[in-house]
Amino acid sequence: MDNGMEEAGNSMSAAVQQSKAAYDLIRARFGDAVSEFDANPTMPFFEVLDLSKWVDIALFMRDDSRLKFNYMACLSGVDYLEQNQLGIVCNLESIGHHPHRIAVKVKCQRDGGSIPSVSCVWHTANWHEREAYDMYGMTFDGHPDLRRILCPEDWTGFPLRKDYQVQETYHGIKVPY
Amino acid sequence: MQELGKAELNSTRIIRQDDNRVVIEKDLDTEYMVLSMGPQHPSTHGVLRLECITDGEVVVEAEPYLGYLHRCFEKYCEKVDYPGIVPYTDRMDYLAGMNTELAFCLGVEKLLDIEIPRRVEFIRVIVSELNRIASHLVAIGTYGIDLGAFTPFLFCFRDREHILNLLEWISGARMLYNYIWIGGLSFDVPADFKKRVAEFVTYFKPKTRELQQLLTENEIFVKRTRGVGMMPAEVAINYAWSGPMLRGSGVKWDLRRNDPYSIYPELDFDVPVPDGKLSDIGDSLSRHLVRALEIEESLKIIEQCLDKMPEVEGFNSRSAIPKKIRPKAGEVYARAENPRGEVGFYIVSDGKSTKPLRCKARSSCFVNLAAMKDLSKGQLIPDLVAIIGSIDIVLGEVDR
Repeated sequence: MDNGMEEAGNSMSAAVQQSKAAYDLIRARFGDAVSEFDANPTMPFFEVLDLSKWVDIALFMRDDSRLKFNYMACLSGVDYLEQNQLGIVCNLESIGHHPHRIAVKVKCQRDGGSIPSVSCVWHTANWHEREAYDMYGMTFDGHPDLRRILCPEDWTGFPLRKDYQVQETYHGIKVPY
Repeated sequence: MQELGKAELNSTRIIRQDDNRVVIEKDLDTEYMVLSMGPQHPSTHGVLRLECITDGEVVVEAEPYLGYLHRCFEKYCEKVDYPGIVPYTDRMDYLAGMNTELAFCLGVEKLLDIEIPRRVEFIRVIVSELNRIASHLVAIGTYGIDLGAFTPFLFCFRDREHILNLLEWISGARMLYNYIWIGGLSFDVPADFKKRVAEFVTYFKPKTRELQQLLTENEIFVKRTRGVGMMPAEVAINYAWSGPMLRGSGVKWDLRRNDPYSIYPELDFDVPVPDGKLSDIGDSLSRHLVRALEIEESLKIIEQCLDKMPEVEGFNSRSAIPKKIRPKAGEVYARAENPRGEVGFYIVSDGKSTKPLRCKARSSCFVNLAAMKDLSKGQLIPDLVAIIGSIDIVLGEVDR
């Protein structure tokens, strides 16, 4: 199937091929802790299935000389309402070492779920994780300073959840107008 | 000796005398004072609050508080259809509306997998580079003001006005353009557009030199910024800095080169990084310098685009726009090089709806600002102003 993708013959498939090569190294090291590779032409990704391995995988991805994913471009929270899960999507790439880039998905339970924090691996994840917590309400284990960042600290609910109901009033101000 | 070591930790001063004796001064601690800088402080360029814990005039730690301008852009995205999101992206980074629009449209176009007419690509690059110059002019001008230099600000805003006039002419708005649409442009450029842009480039070229003389070669300005707010390249990458911030630390990384989009691969331009002669690599002055040099590169790009742009008789800038914008199921992370760094959009489409399932905006200022806590440690309060200014934040984009 992968060959079919590659023979489609545009520049994207070369990029997907590079991501696949990077993924193979991670798969060889961590085995079933990561899912199959998804050769999505616009954003190739894999999923971390064993949450307890996420920090190890992150460290391996950052430090291994063949991978060197030293730059986390983005970390987005996502609400998977149908699977009753919340998750994050990390877009990683390597500045100054390799041309490859890949996305990693990590999912957790919707109610009271938590994901290990990678803010010690990439400093930039610190604020991104705070934002994901602020908007979706999953917690990040080991995060040094997990507070709301964009909403006020006494805001109730997590605005970007699909089933979010806005509060009636906030400090006596009518909210939905 | 051990006790001495301990004493040193408790901010006690030990003065070693010549004759092997020491004089120990105890309890020199001054009380820490919490100083709230902002949300209305002029040097925060908007509504940002820094809670500074200060020891005298030295900042022990500064913690940024944001969200004063939070409008939950991402929630709106799930409520309106794709073309309806474009005006919202203007309101994120209101100093570089064209660039942000371009980043968003690139993302949706990748999902739609459509071909864009060449003329449209050229116009897009011209307007985004014009907007980049306008944005850098604001950054440089206000940075001067932060440090007490008033004249460059007037010069910058005088020249920026010409760009805003050009952009107003083609789009009808000075800052919130809604000009770049998914798959095309709202209108083709007016007949004389090329001529007037060329005129502007000729007019503006000598002015960049003038600006350099006023700031970069100004002794006072250099004294205030050189060696202030140092950021090593490794740490900058770890903080995911991008744009002039990252290049100021000496990393030659520009998305127009490293993850090329639109017609940038066809154009010839340099990616300026400081060489360590005028500034120390990684300090505030380097970041300012990169912006100043980038203006010249943008002018180069515009000139080339004006040369290469194809003239099409009766051109319809909306010809490639699909009747109904409903991308197939998939997800994309698309980004573009904005004046302030990498702006990215993570868009998820379920393939059924005309609205995105998820649209996350990766804001360059938000990410750059995250390093503030580390940058501020041990700095003087006036230097803090120099550092915030060099980050060049736009709070509309930080808070989204």
